[in-house]
Amino acid sequence: MTSTVTDRYEPVIGLETHVELGTRTKMFCGCTTVFGGEPNSQVCPVCLGLPGSLPVVNKLAIEYTVRIGLALNCSIASWCRFARKNYFYPDMPKNFQISQYDEPLCTNGYLDIHVDGQLFKVGIERVHLEEDTGKSLHVGGATGRIHGADYSLVDYNRAGIPLVEIVTKPVDGTGALAPVVARAYVTDLRDLIRSLGVSDVRMEEGSMRCDVNTSLSPAGSGTWGKRTETKNVNSLRSVERAVRSEMERQASVLDAGKRVIQETRHFHEDSGTTTSGRSKEEAQDYRYFPEPDLVPVAPPADWVEQIRADLPEAPSARRARLRAEWSLSDLDMSALTNADALDLVEATVTAGATPADARKWWLGELARHANEAGIELSKLAVTPVQVARVTALVAAGTLNDSLARQVFDAVLAGEGDPDEVVAARGLAVVSDEGALLAAVDKAVAANPDAVASIRAGRTGAIGVLVGAVMKATRGKADAARVRALIDQRLSGS
Amino acid sequence: MSITRDDVVHLARLSRIALTDHELDHLAPQLDQIIAAVAQIQEVAVDGIPPTSHATGLTNVLREDEPRPCLTPEEALDQAPAVDLQRFKVPRILGTEE
Amino acid sequence: MDLTRGTAAELVGLLRAKQVSAREVTQAHLDRIAAVDGKVHAFLHLAADQALAQADDIDDRRAAGEDLPTLAGVPIAVKDVFTTKGIPTTCGSRILEGWHPPYESTITTRLRENGAVILGKTNMDEFAMGSSTENSAYGPSHNPWELSKVPGGSSGGSSAAVAAYEAPLAIGTDTGGSIRQPAAVCGIVGTKPTYGGSSRYGVVAFASSLDTPGPFARTVLDTALLHEAMSGHDPMDSTSIDAPVPPVVEAARQADVSGLRIGVVTELSGDGYQGGVMARFAEAVELLEHLGAKVTEVSCPHFKYALPAYYLIAPSECSSNLARFDAMRYGLRAGDDGTRDAEEVMSLTREAGFGAEVKRRIILGTYALSSGYYDAYYGKAQQVRTLIIRDFDAAFAQVDVLVSPTTPTTAFGIGERADDPVAMYLADLCTIPSDLAGNAAISVPCGLADEDGLPVGLQVMASAMADDRLYRVAAAAEAALTARWGQPLLTRAKGLQA
Repeated sequence: MTSTVTDRYEPVIGLETHVELGTRTKMFCGCTTVFGGEPNSQVCPVCLGLPGSLPVVNKLAIEYTVRIGLALNCSIASWCRFARKNYFYPDMPKNFQISQYDEPLCTNGYLDIHVDGQLFKVGIERVHLEEDTGKSLHVGGATGRIHGADYSLVDYNRAGIPLVEIVTKPVDGTGALAPVVARAYVTDLRDLIRSLGVSDVRMEEGSMRCDVNTSLSPAGSGTWGKRTETKNVNSLRSVERAVRSEMERQASVLDAGKRVIQETRHFHEDSGTTTSGRSKEEAQDYRYFPEPDLVPVAPPADWVEQIRADLPEAPSARRARLRAEWSLSDLDMSALTNADALDLVEATVTAGATPADARKWWLGELARHANEAGIELSKLAVTPVQVARVTALVAAGTLNDSLARQVFDAVLAGEGDPDEVVAARGLAVVSDEGALLAAVDKAVAANPDAVASIRAGRTGAIGVLVGAVMKATRGKADAARVRALIDQRLSGS
Repeated sequence: MSITRDDVVHLARLSRIALTDHELDHLAPQLDQIIAAVAQIQEVAVDGIPPTSHATGLTNVLREDEPRPCLTPEEALDQAPAVDLQRFKVPRILGTEE
Repeated sequence: MDLTRGTAAELVGLLRAKQVSAREVTQAHLDRIAAVDGKVHAFLHLAADQALAQADDIDDRRAAGEDLPTLAGVPIAVKDVFTTKGIPTTCGSRILEGWHPPYESTITTRLRENGAVILGKTNMDEFAMGSSTENSAYGPSHNPWELSKVPGGSSGGSSAAVAAYEAPLAIGTDTGGSIRQPAAVCGIVGTKPTYGGSSRYGVVAFASSLDTPGPFARTVLDTALLHEAMSGHDPMDSTSIDAPVPPVVEAARQADVSGLRIGVVTELSGDGYQGGVMARFAEAVELLEHLGAKVTEVSCPHFKYALPAYYLIAPSECSSNLARFDAMRYGLRAGDDGTRDAEEVMSLTREAGFGAEVKRRIILGTYALSSGYYDAYYGKAQQVRTLIIRDFDAAFAQVDVLVSPTTPTTAFGIGERADDPVAMYLADLCTIPSDLAGNAAISVPCGLADEDGLPVGLQVMASAMADDRLYRVAAAAEAALTARWGQPLLTRAKGLQA
């Protein structure tokens, strides 16, 4: 995006994220929530909304939501209710959704986002609980999408799964970084929620869904622009692209002297742009009222405090702690998080490696293996404990880097633990001085030109001799020791 | 605060009932009459009075996250007007999901 | 002995003593239904095979020496608002014509476990909206006292069935008076238990914060027996009260009102109250005083706003509760000719499937909840509800129970109020306050009005969870009045004697 957009306009962004909780059962009934079951095999009178059925609140869902709220620094309501959101849609069995309206469970929190060394405090307006809808397959029509379909087939397995909705306050002051801040927020939110163990938060599987709100206001005007809501944002990358695309589109509308229509837009992966959906002006009248089939939820203060006390360390706090402990720069830390290597490195350090060694191997050789195999780092067939062992062997002089790489090759190939592999393949460094000297003498004898160069002061030529010795020992020599021995020999000893 | 025929048209759409013209003609005055009767409550002074949405005073009725037996797909679909591929078959849906 | 003239208590005695079999009792009632229901039209569906099979099972188990629960072998009629397996559940509506739910309500499950024999499902105003059963899509029921009169509503079918001796026991639901008012105009006993005292799981919802399942019978003791058997906590219903059922049977047997403080509600009288109704009511109150109760007048100033508050709250909740009837998953589907989209099919189905009163209330409720109107209507009605609760609290600080006529008039004629919704709503004047407050209330017959010889009901109201007090007072009144009459009131019902 040309920075001229943000020269002339100030973006304001907002994000609405829905997270499917990982409870075993649904929000209001005891049906299981396992993904991928046969259609309509995980339904009951309650989640089908059959006449006469009644909801009963899942206690664990409340606990998980409080966990999320506390991790986001929210206030937890001492008393709140569920409300009915009334609208008609075939994937919603009761034609109302049990949600929360003006009494959400958690309010007024924040999440600190770091982007490019800058801190952005993203305010959290509310965190509330609701139930998910069923899923429709649209049949007939060209694209399998809803427009032009002949009929639809509805599966209610997903109907009633607990859904947490997290809404940010409007985020301004991001300037040209708006798209990146949006993405960073969703990424950090995802990591935070994952660390709480309340959801597997996979955007690709739909357990985390994001809608992005974007508006522009003329720079320095002090007024807020009309906001659009963009849906179908299915990956972190799409979050960034959707914000960028909307900023550009709105800028050109405003530049042309026209007005931005407040509406819902649909993001397209292939083009990276948005198209108009439903006009938000024609807003639905949801006729919210307190859910009469449920009684209020009043989380006891001591229960909330216990949940707070049991909260795991937040990812950002952990990152800060490890950065300090390992004395890393921002850039070093980013390298670790971008490669999704932080957990692995920490585990390797716990197993005895130095942070520097752990980082070196995971971000270097092992990352290369992972890329080649097309898999994630964490899916490699080597454990942090094994990596720590290898670094220990190198530190002890049993292995050099080259041998270590061979050990990793063997471990990844399933040949066993590092020690087993070293023994089986005879990969230890040659430490027998006699054998080394013999190899050095051979190399000196075989490379008189190099020797002459060295004696003439061109010390770089020693590399040739070192190389020859390494070759002769099939890499199993400590290069530094070899170099020292060559020096010794050539200086006459 | 009277209800017009247009109001009723809007409300009928909101509640997905395809009222006939005849019904629309009759409903508006009937509803108007009812609204006038219930509008009496406007007389009552209610400042500071909390609303009652639940008469029992109960709170925190919660259940454990334990699975319970559910319906078989056959039972779930048995009364459906139309079924295909073990799913509820419904006429085409216009407009986008929420 | 004519088994259909026995009370449930008497039948229980005969069954226990093996003087009569459950099959005989059930068959006798099925025969009675065959003989008179053509005129009464209390039943929408009969479950003869299922009932006889259940009766046989009871007989087998009794023969095997098993200790059976209280109601084992006693027939019962069930309002068609309760989901029952193997018997259709229509709620008196076309939109659920032929619906066979895949699950059973908690209450009917408990009744079956108690050995009660379900004869069938009874007629009702569509989705429980009405005071006469004239809103049933399947035609009205007729009052056994006079067939041209309504049996009340919305549980009119259950009430008529009991009054016509088609069943000794029946269950219904009370949202604005739909058990008590039919009981009053049919000359039988009916109770609205404390809200939350009986499970709503499997009861098709009309107004969720008001709907209360409850018992009908011809005597106070029978009503108490059924009340006890059907009530109690249900974990499937979040609004269900987790406390023991009040000792209603014991109270019905005790029937002693000496020293009890009774308050006559000032506001539940006056214009619109039939003279004959007020006369019988006054006599009943005098009788209670004679029996040792202390009677005073109590003012509940906000009761006059109960009707408008109710007719805002109930339609609002129902407009949402009835949204699920959309042709997609069960019930009627109209207009699906392959060219129409889902919304059109939904709208055409609801147009064809709902009756006029239901449509009226859905539109009214949608209006009361819609943006811009919520505060003035639904919001305000909920505040008025608080004021009514406070009126009750203040009253119950002075007295143990409140009394009033159950309904301002005796049974009106079929067709008489059908075109005047507001006139129809007035039938609920006395019953609505208890629904709004979630309190317990009972209607017990207190005589016949001079003008028309039709039954009048005495309503007794108590605070939440004080249901037993109702039975104490009702049983005392019943005993004294029956002694005065010389025979049970129902024996004077002429409607089925022609």
